[in-house]
Amino acid sequence: MSKLAPGGAEALLRRYEGLSSRLPGARLPWLASLRAAAAAAFRAQGLPSRRAEAWRYTDLRPIAEVEFAEPLLSVTAALPLPAQRLPRRAVFVDGRFREGLSELGDNDVALGSLAADLPAAEGRLGRLARPEDHPLTALNTALFEDGLTVTVPAGIDAGGLELSHFVLAAERPLACHPRHLIRLEPGARLLLLESAQGDVATRYLHNPVFEIEIAEGASLVHVRLQQEGEAGFQLGTIYARIEAGGTYDNFTLNAGGRLVRNEIHAVLAGPEAACHMNGAQLLRDGQHADTTTVLDHAAPDCRSRQTYKTVLSGRSRGVFQGRIHVHQVAQRTDGYQMNQALLLSPEAEIDSKPQLEIYADDVKCSHGATVGALDADQLFYLRARGIPEPVARTMLIDAFLQDVVDTIAEGPARDAVATAIADWWRGRA
Amino acid sequence: MLKIEGLTAEVEGKPILRGIDLDLPPGEVHAIMGPNGAGKSTLAYLLAGREDYAVTGGTVRFAGQDLLALAPEARASAGLFLAFQHPVELPGVGNALFLRTALNAIRRARGEDELDAMQFLKLVRERMRSLAMPEDMLKRSANVGFSGGEKKRNEVLQMALMRPKLAILDETDSGLDIDALRIVAEGVNALRGPDFSALVITHHQRLLDYLVPDRVHVLIGGRIVQSGGPELARKLEAEGYGFLQAAA
Repeated sequence: MSKLAPGGAEALLRRYEGLSSRLPGARLPWLASLRAAAAAAFRAQGLPSRRAEAWRYTDLRPIAEVEFAEPLLSVTAALPLPAQRLPRRAVFVDGRFREGLSELGDNDVALGSLAADLPAAEGRLGRLARPEDHPLTALNTALFEDGLTVTVPAGIDAGGLELSHFVLAAERPLACHPRHLIRLEPGARLLLLESAQGDVATRYLHNPVFEIEIAEGASLVHVRLQQEGEAGFQLGTIYARIEAGGTYDNFTLNAGGRLVRNEIHAVLAGPEAACHMNGAQLLRDGQHADTTTVLDHAAPDCRSRQTYKTVLSGRSRGVFQGRIHVHQVAQRTDGYQMNQALLLSPEAEIDSKPQLEIYADDVKCSHGATVGALDADQLFYLRARGIPEPVARTMLIDAFLQDVVDTIAEGPARDAVATAIADWWRGRA
Repeated sequence: MLKIEGLTAEVEGKPILRGIDLDLPPGEVHAIMGPNGAGKSTLAYLLAGREDYAVTGGTVRFAGQDLLALAPEARASAGLFLAFQHPVELPGVGNALFLRTALNAIRRARGEDELDAMQFLKLVRERMRSLAMPEDMLKRSANVGFSGGEKKRNEVLQMALMRPKLAILDETDSGLDIDALRIVAEGVNALRGPDFSALVITHHQRLLDYLVPDRVHVLIGGRIVQSGGPELARKLEAEGYGFLQAAA
């Protein structure tokens, strides 16, 4: 166990101690004990240090140094939220649901604030998350104030839903830990488009945890736009469990924040389930982005695909760690993992760690990684056709990202990602 | 149009061009022939602005400007076009997007209005028909999976769209069958006029049957060792470079 980091981790624990009686659901014994156990786990582990194997390439000291406070209650209505792109949208500000800004629709999908109906979350909250293994999940469990709960009933196609999280300007650094519970019953479908943004000048920690249950034959497409403010930290953890014949499609764009981690733990729990985890990371000078995936093939005849692409400029650093664990029972597993990085500057750095652990004997599983700079011949060819160098570079970087963006089958979600990439270019100019 | 005087250049300290003098007046087509390693492609790339070569002496004037002071994109918008010997594959860059971006960059630099998608499509389809190019070549990534002949035609298509003042064709005939060769030559001939010049770099006299040059220069060992009329190309085809290599 690593020593408790000074400063930030202690301050976060002190907040739990001061707040625990006032946190949502404090009078529910099951939740109070869940929170107490999580706080104890966090006390024992502290913020992860680089001595922990899973955190070897990502140093959380910039977060540990900050004393975060809880967000103040705010009633501001004017938010620079992006225009709504899907029929329904749940808006969260500083980790709390804002009904007045949301548009939930009125049909058979159970959708709403976790804090508003915590008794209903008993047995569901904490079913997949592992606070004992993951300190940031422990922190989230101890301190969450709200989150989104979604249940799509059997056989229903719920269409598209946005989950928009925004952090307002604040004088003191703030931390929020939303807990989102998504459940798709057998045969249900949902497109979830998540965005995370925040005030450019505010130091904040956004530490969301998702628990995603996908029942037999259900299908969730989860597209994430991480566009946090320049001084923001996002450490997000997703736990997904996919039953027989179900599909989980995750695409994550990391295009903001100062230090971010996108950590996914997915379990293919029933035969013929599928999991696709793709993403792009666009990094400017001073940014650090880490994508860590842990995929358990725990049933036969499942299929998984992962492609992550990282573009690094200035003194930025990217990390990809991808572990695929093929259990003995998982015969006829079909797995693929690819990680590619484009280095635009000599100071940029990418660390890539694929890890395959295979205990079944009839398995098709491959992985690969490439690192390179922009191709000088391609760049010259475009310039020789009159295309100015900055435009030529943009074209080649877009081309590098093209195939991974094209993995998003849903038009509105793919457009949202393309727009976010274009916004990233504009911010850069 | 193009005036090269005393041009010397080297790659990694090794001299490749040892003093080139060449005067290409407006409206003329000149051919440069020579054996492998003579410096033909180096000259083409260097004129287009490739940075791998160090110019160690001499000057190049193009349409009244100091060509060597211009960035590659500025050379292109000034009216210079290099048809690549090995057109570069651009995976993920659709050919239509590539062609339109390039054409509009040139038009913008010339102070002309950019073409919108519909105007561009009309123009490019027309040009492709005259080059006998299938339309699906617009939808594919530029040059990716194109046959050798398709790549060369795609180069000539770009030239036809951009209407340069000076086209440098670097071994555009290599790998082409006789029909493709004729189409490429017709593409260049269609541009011929008082404001268009071409520098045709080739190994073989074959292309010059269809694209008849005003002058032929022989480049050996980084120098132009002989210049003459179209009959020089036929003599080289018949006799080889042996009689000139002794002189070089």
